Amino acid sequence: MAYALIVVGTSWGGLSALEILLPAFPADFPLPLVVVQHRSADSGAALAAVLRRHSALAVREPEDKEAIRPGYVYIAPADYHLLIEESAFALTTDAPVGYARPSIDVLFESAADAYAERVIGVVLTGASHDGANGAAVIRAQGGLVIAQDPATAESPLMPRTVIERGAADYVLPLDEIGPFLVRLCARKPHLAPIRSARPDVDQP
Amino acid sequence: MAGSFLGPAMQGFMVPAIQQTEELPEKRNSELEKLEIHLLLEAIYHHYGYDFREYAYASLKRRVENIRRAEGVTTISGLQEKVLHDPAAMRRFLLALTVNVTAVFRDPPFFLAFRQQVVPLLRTYPFVRIWHAGCSTGEEVYSMAILLQEEGLYDRCRIYATDMDEAVLKQAKEGIFGLDLADRYAANYSKAGGKKSFADYYTAAYGSAIFRSALKENIIFSQHNLTADSSFNEFHVILCRNVLIYFARPLQQRVHQLLYDSLAMFGILGLGSKESLQFMPQEPCYQQLEAGIKLYRRIQ
Repeated sequence: MAYALIVVGTSWGGLSALEILLPAFPADFPLPLVVVQHRSADSGAALAAVLRRHSALAVREPEDKEAIRPGYVYIAPADYHLLIEESAFALTTDAPVGYARPSIDVLFESAADAYAERVIGVVLTGASHDGANGAAVIRAQGGLVIAQDPATAESPLMPRTVIERGAADYVLPLDEIGPFLVRLCARKPHLAPIRSARPDVDQP
Repeated sequence: MAGSFLGPAMQGFMVPAIQQTEELPEKRNSELEKLEIHLLLEAIYHHYGYDFREYAYASLKRRVENIRRAEGVTTISGLQEKVLHDPAAMRRFLLALTVNVTAVFRDPPFFLAFRQQVVPLLRTYPFVRIWHAGCSTGEEVYSMAILLQEEGLYDRCRIYATDMDEAVLKQAKEGIFGLDLADRYAANYSKAGGKKSFADYYTAAYGSAIFRSALKENIIFSQHNLTADSSFNEFHVILCRNVLIYFARPLQQRVHQLLYDSLAMFGILGLGSKESLQFMPQEPCYQQLEAGIKLYRRIQ
């Protein structure tokens, strides 16, 4: 089945990482990207403004119940959790999870609930354990998880936690994650067997 | 090795994940969970009268899962049995399902805009009725009281602060917050246009801070359920911030109608910073005061 959504989580070092990840996506990239970057409660729209300079896709902070559309990189607003419903975003002011609001786990788990095997989760640099549970849930529901190679991460803890948890399908250097996703989601015929890359799927 | 199954285009830049020290969670049956949650909400509605059936699913599910874990039961069906037969478990359920975690002067630009744009309008009224709908633990209610006091308007204002949950309201009435939050609140306060020192508004003791009683004088805390109760007055200002995000669209629309019906002509509606009137039938009845700030004036 074709992928429908990419969710990305990052914390410490995330801004520089996103500045490398996002330029890889062409303006006609077929999947929406949704990003949680840990940040302080009072940081406003500046993050989206900075990332806009590095992205051919439109960058915006979604509002509650906004439809999820391709052609966009959605940035979780500060001081809210961002969740995925079947075709729209939902926001909450529930308590922070592991000191984080927005929380990567909250985004990832809700994406896995709504999209199951059609989700790709990406965990980038961060000095936190956030994202590991969410990545494990995405993988358990049949989705795909990519962890940044910790050796290429400004702060390796977050991707390393995902890998140690056994939740990563792929571990890739930062500069290869974008091109990988572009090829994976281009739906070219020769890439169809990519699902077989999972030894636990489609193999006798 | 996973790599050997990849086509030629993928070779060379994939590193298979190998270390596996923890078990992955079991695959969840999302359809079964949806059914169990549906039955749980029906049961609660029919037995206790609380209606969560039109809440937004993703956040509701997350909260129900948290409650299930906290109650130590393995399935949502098990949680249903517990809340139906144990009223104390139902009270805990209600509290956990309804508390929103907010802050004093949450979203300072909102309060700054209120001070600059709404306060001048309120000065023209001899008496101002404000409804804070879904006030949760009260932080934003006290913020409004502080703002109005500094603007010299508080004596002619009455703030009706309502929430559906009694336990939350009790906390709101006490007006106590952790002293560890004071620095953050003080920063919010000054970004929101505060004119004095935030420390003037509370008394600190033993790691806690309590808002000065003068701030509570014109606040009426009372129980009101936005999803079931009707309008109870006409107001000049209604604040309903980050409450409607928990509701699915049809319920949002009904509550927006209730807010509209409760707002005087040219009254002000304040929403959360990521909430929108867009696509609501009531949208044409309002005019936004300032781009990017969720303050609306009723114009018809």
